Amino acid sequence: MKERSFIFRRLTDLLVRIISALAALVGLFFLGWIIYIILARGAAAINWEFFTELPAPPGMPGGGLANAIAGTLAMTVFAVLMGVPIGMMAGVFLSEFGRGSRLGEWIRFCTNVLMGTPSIIIGVFVYVVVVLSTGNFSGYAGAAALALIMLPVVTRTTEDMLNLVPDALRESALALGAPYWRVTLGVVFPAAKTGLITGTLLAVARVSGETAPLLFTALNSTFWPDSLNEPTANLTVTIFNYAMSPYPDWQAMAWGGSFLITAGVLSATVLARGILWMRSKNR
Amino acid sequence: MPIKTDNFATEERISPIRGTKRRNLDPAFRRLTMICGTLILLAVAGIFFELVLESRPSLEKFGWSFLFTGSWNPVTGEFGAASSIYGTLVSTLIAMVVAVPMSLVIALFLVEMASPGVRRLVGGAIELLAAIPSIIYGMWGLFVFAPFMADHVQPFLTETGLPLFAGPPMGIGMLTAGIILALMILPFITAVTRDVFTLVPPVLKESAYGMGSTTWEVTRKVTIPYGIQGIMGGCFLGLGRAIGETMAVTFVIGNRHEIALSLFSAGNSIASTLANEFTEAADPVYLSSLVELGLVLFGLTFLIQILAQMWLKRVRKKMGTGT
Repeated sequence: MKERSFIFRRLTDLLVRIISALAALVGLFFLGWIIYIILARGAAAINWEFFTELPAPPGMPGGGLANAIAGTLAMTVFAVLMGVPIGMMAGVFLSEFGRGSRLGEWIRFCTNVLMGTPSIIIGVFVYVVVVLSTGNFSGYAGAAALALIMLPVVTRTTEDMLNLVPDALRESALALGAPYWRVTLGVVFPAAKTGLITGTLLAVARVSGETAPLLFTALNSTFWPDSLNEPTANLTVTIFNYAMSPYPDWQAMAWGGSFLITAGVLSATVLARGILWMRSKNR
Repeated sequence: MPIKTDNFATEERISPIRGTKRRNLDPAFRRLTMICGTLILLAVAGIFFELVLESRPSLEKFGWSFLFTGSWNPVTGEFGAASSIYGTLVSTLIAMVVAVPMSLVIALFLVEMASPGVRRLVGGAIELLAAIPSIIYGMWGLFVFAPFMADHVQPFLTETGLPLFAGPPMGIGMLTAGIILALMILPFITAVTRDVFTLVPPVLKESAYGMGSTTWEVTRKVTIPYGIQGIMGGCFLGLGRAIGETMAVTFVIGNRHEIALSLFSAGNSIASTLANEFTEAADPVYLSSLVELGLVLFGLTFLIQILAQMWLKRVRKKMGTGT
């Protein structure tokens, strides 16, 4: 190996240190830039009407995104109702019954694949399966797509969190004569409660900001969602349509919607991480 | 240590307290969880199956030439995926070229240089980049970042005279899309790399330090070689994210079915084509061509996922951190 002078080596080291600190700063800078823009442009569009009124045609003053907010909430709730129980049960299988089994390995692999599948592909799949067979775009199709995105995330979190619960706890409950289902639901779940709640919160946060899977499942609408069996207004697709429109007041509305989505998603994420951090500190 | 559940799976058990026979629900519970798990398996198989089924008209009409034909003309019913695939690959490549080195040095900063407080704050902030919804990246990219590129970055790049940077500085295009993608995958690669760096046994690093190595030398000659498999896995995870990212790319890539050498020119990606045209496709061949595009994308992410899991599994085995 070539002999290098001490000063040269120290200088290289210093240079790398400066570059890494700068890179971290660049990352922070972009985060700050995006949040600042969303705050500055979005807050201006938020007012009372924004939450209570239907969208106004371009050029008309006033109007809001109340229907889109309601639609997004409704679809997210339905997605949670479908995705979370199934995901948790699948997580239970992986952590309690499927450890080391062939089927468990396959399910774990498919969970990872599903997690890595682009959300637009989930949209295409749900379009083909639900929209084509029912014949219309619907809020249910949108909720199904969101649930499918949430499913692997919930499964993985549940498995990880249940794996953290010591086996001794299971064994002592079993030794008392409790059947396994009661051990799981009555002992292991409560022990992993915080992790499960925060994991689900993160999954919900992630899904509520999704746009691509809704583009051709829930579509969009300018009316109140009477039922989820019709094209359903939602915030993210509305943002997309309004942002791409040539009307400044619609673009302003899109910024308002972005503000709302970002605030919701980021606060849920920060809350979940905060809870996890507090817990790890207490241990 | 797995618990053997079979020991408890007797069909009926006598309750010692009441002395009555109780129905044992364990087999049913086990079956319920198994069904839920199998649903995930079925979902992945279903996606593959349905995509193939729906893209049959296009598969039959165009065959393999679908992948290499550049023209995309709904009016004449001629469809080829080449421009979308090209756009996907180029924008992803730009993202990787920017994001991988940056993630490495950020992870280095977090693990080797920052104090615990700074590490938590900066690390948390970088992870927040992953929480921002992709449509927000799109809005910011189209209305703020693209004009910034057009005014302050692209004119300088044009002066280099390279054909890659030729053409009018419009702001939108491959380069802008690639840089935004880089920002979006940065937190994923950083997180994995950071974990890998912390997993390297301190003894290895300390012995290198003990011989008088500088931090950079330890990183380059000890930490990175030791954790290279994990870092590779993290890169593949990021790659999988970038290749299927839809909304942010749709906003800024320009949406044009053409292959151009210049990174300033508008193009499209598989995901952006799907996002823009899916609801407009009335003709069956048009629709099935779009579904086939989806199939190509799904196949790509599937492959990438397998590679990522393979690398990550190896590193976990090597570092002995369980399954």
